[in-house]
Amino acid sequence: MSDARLGVLKTYKLFVGGKFPRSESGRVYEVTDSKGQWLANAPQASRKDARDAVAAARKAFGGWSGATAYNRGQVLYRVAEMLEGRRDQFAAEVGAADGLSKTKAAAQVDAAIDRWVWYAGWSDKIAQVVGGANPVAGPYFNLSSPEPTGVVAVVAPRKSSLLGLVSVLAPVIVSGNTAVLVAAEDAPLPALSLAEVLATSDVPGGVVNVLTGNAAEIAPSLAAHQDVNAVDLAGADAGLAKDLEVAAADTVKRVLRPGTGTDWFAEPGTERMTAFLETKTVWHPMGV
Amino acid sequence: MMSAFEYAPAPQSASVVDIAPSYGLFIDGEFRESADGKVFKTVSPSTEEVLSEVAQAGSEDVQAAVKAARRAFEKWSALPGAERAKYLFRIARIIQERSRELAVLETLDNGKPIRETRDADLPLVAAHFFYYAGWADKLGHAGYGPDPKPLGVAAQVIPWNFPLLMLAWKIAPALATGNTVVLKPAETTPLSALFFADICRQAGLPRGVVNIITGDGPVGAELVAHEDVNKVAFTGSTAVGKEIARTVAGTRKKLTLELGGKGANIVFDDAPIDQTVEGVVNGIFFNQGQVCCAGSRLLVQESVADELLESLKRRLGTLRVGDPLDKNTDIGAINSAEQLARITALAEAGEAEGADRWSPACELPSSGYWFAPTLFTGVSQAHRIAREEIFGPVLSVLTFRTPDEAVAKANNTPYGLSAGIWTEKGSRILKMASKLRAGVVWSNTFNKFDPTSPFGGYKESGFGREGGRHGLEAYLDV
Repeated sequence: MSDARLGVLKTYKLFVGGKFPRSESGRVYEVTDSKGQWLANAPQASRKDARDAVAAARKAFGGWSGATAYNRGQVLYRVAEMLEGRRDQFAAEVGAADGLSKTKAAAQVDAAIDRWVWYAGWSDKIAQVVGGANPVAGPYFNLSSPEPTGVVAVVAPRKSSLLGLVSVLAPVIVSGNTAVLVAAEDAPLPALSLAEVLATSDVPGGVVNVLTGNAAEIAPSLAAHQDVNAVDLAGADAGLAKDLEVAAADTVKRVLRPGTGTDWFAEPGTERMTAFLETKTVWHPMGV
Repeated sequence: MMSAFEYAPAPQSASVVDIAPSYGLFIDGEFRESADGKVFKTVSPSTEEVLSEVAQAGSEDVQAAVKAARRAFEKWSALPGAERAKYLFRIARIIQERSRELAVLETLDNGKPIRETRDADLPLVAAHFFYYAGWADKLGHAGYGPDPKPLGVAAQVIPWNFPLLMLAWKIAPALATGNTVVLKPAETTPLSALFFADICRQAGLPRGVVNIITGDGPVGAELVAHEDVNKVAFTGSTAVGKEIARTVAGTRKKLTLELGGKGANIVFDDAPIDQTVEGVVNGIFFNQGQVCCAGSRLLVQESVADELLESLKRRLGTLRVGDPLDKNTDIGAINSAEQLARITALAEAGEAEGADRWSPACELPSSGYWFAPTLFTGVSQAHRIAREEIFGPVLSVLTFRTPDEAVAKANNTPYGLSAGIWTEKGSRILKMASKLRAGVVWSNTFNKFDPTSPFGGYKESGFGREGGRHGLEAYLDV
């Protein structure tokens, strides 16, 4: 008998509607670390999985967008608490996924947690910052306020498996959108573990849905889906991004294009939030 | 037959405007013929008379216009905001001075009543330039960072329903933020944009900052596809908007789209009937219903449907259809034969699908493009007249029982531009307003606009906002 204990392997699964299904296609693909060592098999989501995820995200939209901003902030803050408790696990996964030293991996995890907290705090402030009263030339009360656009499909960045991921996911959901996330194909494990964190915090099922697999296979059906309101192309390469944008045109989706050389450690500003907000202007006559 | 209470005609003289027999393209500060010498005619929709001959731009002209705008960009964007502001204030003042002339011109070229061009379009056009003039030297305070930058050359394609107002919505924020523009007005309504070119001349605007090219859809397509354009702004049909979105896909061009709508005007049982009827009429018959945010679906609570419809029909009977230059005219001409054909076809589809059609007795002029105000009852959500944008004076009436049902029906459309709520109950207004998926919600009023107030759609009604602080974003690199 060997002294070394044989570890229990984890079966990674998709995260759809608050549950952890295998891909309906029954497919998995091999995930390796940066040196090519086998880490796990990740589910290879299909177009059907993508449609199921959209349905779950749509179902969750009413409740999540209708929750008070204070409540959403509390829920997001709770996610950060859960992440904090799993720092070591994420550091190990991020280190393997991104090929980082222990120190650098830990720094990325810390930054990701801090980023999540930063966005949590925006929930009840973004409306004050980007909305407001309009002084119209007439006897009218007139107010513009931001509202979530709906279901947002996110192609997660291919680099920065946790910080990049958190930096694109948090701004989508903090304002009340629901998300279907396509994780980085080569580094999907931190995303699937983040799903476990989301499932054990207070995020309602369906608010975030995580798919792993080939973005070029999954994302086009999201970009073309009638019930998806916006797409974030952060992790799409130029060719895929163009195809997705063309597909998105058919339903006039809002498109956030990939940035060039995004520094995920830098403070992001409000752009990733406002990209998925509508402005609603309400008029009412003023008088007696 | 003249009754005792008939209005006497009150015609606005057309002599305040001097339309030249032909117009060129306005490129790099001067008017010029199109490179291949092609022209097209613009007609008065109310008489079918030819008003003028206008240059039809081609590829070479698009190239020249974009080149002029690019050349002008360097200096214009480097100008202190306070200087750009003064140009815009000049333009705004000149618009006010020439307001009556432009109102008459717009009525002649578009067919809309002088009452609207004089009292709605032109005051708003001037107000937009004043509003954005003031932003030009305050951009650091707009919420887009301390020193937001312009994008470059803006390609702007605008529709025929509010030719000068849509020009103002596009050009004022573009110039305030330091961009230069190439604007293409609609083929059927090119004249007011060309008069605006003359205003730019009077204001001493540097050459190339504003370029106007006239022509048809393919010219617009070429303009938005031009590789040296940094920003595309389009107002018009959803189909064309989708095509433009495909065109700019994969480029770094910033895009804003202001597309169609199928606005629901929701009337609850406690709504003040007379005020509501006025609002419903304004919602669908303003500008002959050729308004993207028109309240073209009337959702009435079942218990007051009969009463409201009776009042509405009585009111429709008093609408005056006819000469748009008559100051008493409520409903003018449809903009083009093509648009009239579309309205006619959709109204016929309404009848064929089983809805009940009603129009007040009214005589329509024998020449020009006319469509009587029309009401459909017995409309189901599946009917084409309840789903497709008609863009004409046609109102589809549906009923509902509960607020939830009203929300479900109102939101049951791919569009999301406007909605109306009529009720005396404040808490209900706020709840309804929060549930309606539309960019502008008018409660106990309809079709109100103001330059300080962002306007734009949800879903397939487009993206981006025009007007207000929000409208600046479309022209800034943020």
